[in-house]
Amino acid sequence: MTDARLIQRLEPAGLRLAPSQVCGGIRLVPVLRDEVRGDLRMTLRTYDDVAAVVSVKGGLKEPGLKYISYVPHGLVMTWGNRQAEAVYGTQLQAVDGKSLRAGPFSIRLLHRMVHREDRRQLRMLPLHLAMEGFLSLQFGGPEIAWAEYSREGLSRGLAPRSESSVPGWASPMLDGALRTFEIHPRQVGLLLFNADVLLSAFVVAHPDDYRALHRTLVEDFYCDLLLQYGFLGDAPELGLTLDDARVSSLEDLRNEVHRMRQDWADFHGFMAGSLFGASLSSTPVYKAGGFLLQRFHTSLDPAEENHIGEAIVGTDGTLEYLKTYRLSAAQTRRAYLLSQLAQCEWHLEDTAERLRTTASDLSLRLRNAGFGYLLKDSVLEAAQRKPRR
Amino acid sequence: MAALAEVRVEQVAREDLVMFVNACFSCTGQREFYGDARGQSVSIEFLHQYILGNYRRLYARTLAAGINHFNQAQIILNLLASGSPADARDKAEEGALIAAALRALPPQRAFRVLESLRGRRINNRRARAIVRDYVHGRANLAFDAVKYRSKLRAAVSHGHLKLEGELGPFLFRGWKKRSFTQPLLETFRRAHYTHEALYELPYTVAEGLAVKHGISREVFLRRIEPRLTAAERLRLQESAARERGTPPPVDLGRASLTKLALYVLALSLEVRRERHAELHAALEQAAARVLRRAPSPLQRVAAILDNSYSSSGSLEKRRRPLGVALATHYLLSAAAREYRAWWTCPVEEPLLVSARGQTDIATPLLEALAWGADLVVIVSDGYDNDPPKAVAELTRVFRSKLDPERHTALVHVNPVFDSEGYAPRSFGAAVPTVGVRDAEDLPTVLGFARFAEGVASLSELEAYLASRVGAMLQRDAGGRQGHDEGRRQDAPPAEEGES
Repeated sequence: MTDARLIQRLEPAGLRLAPSQVCGGIRLVPVLRDEVRGDLRMTLRTYDDVAAVVSVKGGLKEPGLKYISYVPHGLVMTWGNRQAEAVYGTQLQAVDGKSLRAGPFSIRLLHRMVHREDRRQLRMLPLHLAMEGFLSLQFGGPEIAWAEYSREGLSRGLAPRSESSVPGWASPMLDGALRTFEIHPRQVGLLLFNADVLLSAFVVAHPDDYRALHRTLVEDFYCDLLLQYGFLGDAPELGLTLDDARVSSLEDLRNEVHRMRQDWADFHGFMAGSLFGASLSSTPVYKAGGFLLQRFHTSLDPAEENHIGEAIVGTDGTLEYLKTYRLSAAQTRRAYLLSQLAQCEWHLEDTAERLRTTASDLSLRLRNAGFGYLLKDSVLEAAQRKPRR
Repeated sequence: MAALAEVRVEQVAREDLVMFVNACFSCTGQREFYGDARGQSVSIEFLHQYILGNYRRLYARTLAAGINHFNQAQIILNLLASGSPADARDKAEEGALIAAALRALPPQRAFRVLESLRGRRINNRRARAIVRDYVHGRANLAFDAVKYRSKLRAAVSHGHLKLEGELGPFLFRGWKKRSFTQPLLETFRRAHYTHEALYELPYTVAEGLAVKHGISREVFLRRIEPRLTAAERLRLQESAARERGTPPPVDLGRASLTKLALYVLALSLEVRRERHAELHAALEQAAARVLRRAPSPLQRVAAILDNSYSSSGSLEKRRRPLGVALATHYLLSAAAREYRAWWTCPVEEPLLVSARGQTDIATPLLEALAWGADLVVIVSDGYDNDPPKAVAELTRVFRSKLDPERHTALVHVNPVFDSEGYAPRSFGAAVPTVGVRDAEDLPTVLGFARFAEGVASLSELEAYLASRVGAMLQRDAGGRQGHDEGRRQDAPPAEEGES
C-alpha cells in the first residue's frame, strides 16, 4: 500500500520563489507561501553538548544501533486542528534525553531521531534524520557469504559507517549572507546556492517559525562544496532589464515590473531543477495526525546532482516542511556503489559486469570509495597487482 | 581634439567632486549594515587624499558645503598637514575656512581635531596659529579645561601656547598642587575629595569621579540630572532604564529632528503607541524648526521611504537609515504643499515603523508616479532586491519613454556610504543620488542634487561652492561679533553623541 502523501516528485505547490539576494558567492532565494494554515508549527530546541548519541534501535543506554554526531539543535513540531497556533510557544521545554558528563565535555543521549513527546508534539533532528537514512542504505552488507568479503564485512556489515560534512559556520560568507538577508513578510523558506550550485532547501509551514529558525541555517551542515566553491568569485547579480518597446504608459511599466519578478521566480526554479521536479525515492518515517514525515533521496546517479532530505506533507498534499542536503560527489559515489552491489546481491563479478568493468577494478573502486574493509586483503592485493603486468 | 580633451577633463573633475561631496555627506568611517568600519575608513581616506592632491581649492571649499562633522574634521586635518597653498588669495581663504569650520564644529569634535594634530605630528606655523586662535576664541576656557582636559592640554603643549591665569598651572602642574580662585577649577579639585562638589561638574567629568568615589549609579544619575545637556539626556534613556533607574526627563522640544527620530525608534512599540501624540508633536515642531532655518517650499512631493531590514543600520549606527527616513517624512510633510509617503513595507502609522522585510522600491515608486508627484524623494540605502535592479530599470524606462521632459524630478537620498563604490550606492544613471547623514541636511542636499544628476557644469559647481564659502564666512564673522558681546558658554551646545 502506498500512501498518497509519499512524495514521488518534489513539487513546490503553494510555494512561490522571490528574487534572490546575493552576498559574495552565496545566493539566497526566498520561498514564499501565500496561504498559511497555521496547524503545524515548529520551534527550536537547542542542545549545547559537544556530541549527541542517538539510539536508533534499542534503549537509551542499551547496546543497539546508534547515530553519533554533533547536533546543535532539534526541531519540535506541534500540530492539530487550529490548536497549534494557540499552543505554540506555551509549552515548557521538556527535558530531552539524558546528558552525560565525559570529562570536561557533555554528551547528550537522545532517544530516536524522531521522538513523540506529547499527544500532538514531536521532536526531530533536522537533516540528521535524512543523513541517518542515507547512512543506513544497504547497511547490512552482503547477505550471501561470497568468498571475496572479509570476515569483518560478513559479520558486521558496514558498521560503523560514517560521512563527514561542513557546518555552516565554517563559511564566514554564509554567516554574512544570512545576517544581511532581508526576510520577506510571507517567507517560509530559503534555497541556498553557493557559486550558483544548490546546496540546500529549507521550508517550514509558518512565516513566524521561519523568522525564528532563519539563523539556525548557519548551524546546519552542508556538503563540502560550501567550502570548495567558497573560493570562487562572487555570484553575479544578474540584473534583468525591462523592454522599452513595450512601455507606453505607467500601467505598462507596472506590468513589465511584474513580469520581471515572474522571470526571476522562473529562473530560480530552473536553477533548482535538480531538486524540484526530480524523481525521488521516499520512505515514511512518522505519521503525525494528518501529516506524514518522510525522508527521501534522489536517484543517486553519480552523473547528476543528488540530494537527500526530509519532508512533511499534509493531508491535502501540500509541502509543509522540507530540508535537504546536497550529497558531495564522493558521497554519491559511495551510495551508488553500494546500491549497485545490493542489486546484484553483492556478487562482485555480476556487479562489475553491470558497471561494465572488471571485478578487480571494482574492488579498487570500492577501496577508493572507503569500503576497502569489506574485502579480503588478498582480493585487494590481487586487484592492485593486476594492472602492473 | 584639444577641446574635446578639455571637456572630458572638466567632466572628470566634476564627477570626482560630486562623488567626494556626496561621500562627505554620508560617510562617518563607521560600520554600516553591509560594510565594515575598516573598509569605510580606508575608502574615505583614499577619497580625501585623492581630492586634496588634485583639486586643493575645491577640497577646502567643500568645508562650506554642509558636509558632516566627521569629514569636516578630516578636511581640516588634511589641509593643515599639507602646508599652505602658494597663492596668497587661496591661502587667506583656506585659513579663514579652516578657522570658521573649526569654530562651527561642536567643541568635543574641535578639540579632537586639535588633539589629532599632535597624533599626526602636524606642527607647522599655520597649524599653530589656527590652534591659538581657536583656543583664545573660546568663551569659557576654564569650562573647556575641565571638560576636555587632556585634549586641551595636548593642544596647548603641542602648539606652544601661553594660557592666562590659573589655567596653565591647572593643566600642567597638576590640580593637586594648590587651590584655585577660579570657581570651576576649584570645584574640580574639591570633587576629588568630596561627593558634594562632584555634582557641580559637567556630567562626563563627574561620571568618572563618581566611580572613583564608589557612588552608586542610581544615586549619581539622580543627583547629576540638573547638569545634563539635552544630548546627554537623550543618550542616557536606554542605559538608565537598564540600570533600573528612572531615565532623566527629556525636553523633546530642544532635540534636533534626526536625533529625535532616532530616540523615538529606540522606544518600544507600546511606549510609542502610548506617547503617540506627544512624540508626533515634538517631531513636527523639530521639522518646523529646521524649515525656519532653511525654508524650502515644495509643491507636490512623494516620498519613498525604505524600512527594510537593512535600514536597521549597524551596532555603531543603530537604526540610522530608518531614523533618517522617519525624519525626512516629517520634514517633507512640513515643507510640501501636498505630500504622500510610501514605505517599502507598509506601516499603519509612521511613528510605529520598524526595520523589517525585503526592499521592494519598485511597487511604491510606481504608485508615487501614478499619483503624479512633482518631486519624488527616495530615502534608501540603495540596495533593492525585490526584484534586483528594478528601480534602475524602472526609472530608466520612465525617463526615456514616459517623461523625457523631466516634469517629475527624482532624487535618491542615501544615508549609507558604500565603501567599495567610494560613494553612496545609487539606483543607476536616471536618478541622482546624494548622500545625507541627518535629515536636517535635506534642503542643502536637494540643492546639491542637480550636480549629482550630471546636468550642471563644473563652473556651476564651483560657483555653488564659492557662494557657500561666502555664506559660511559671513555667518562666522557674525557669530564672532555676537560672541564678543559675551555669549555664555557654560552649557555647551548639544553634543554629537555616538559619532
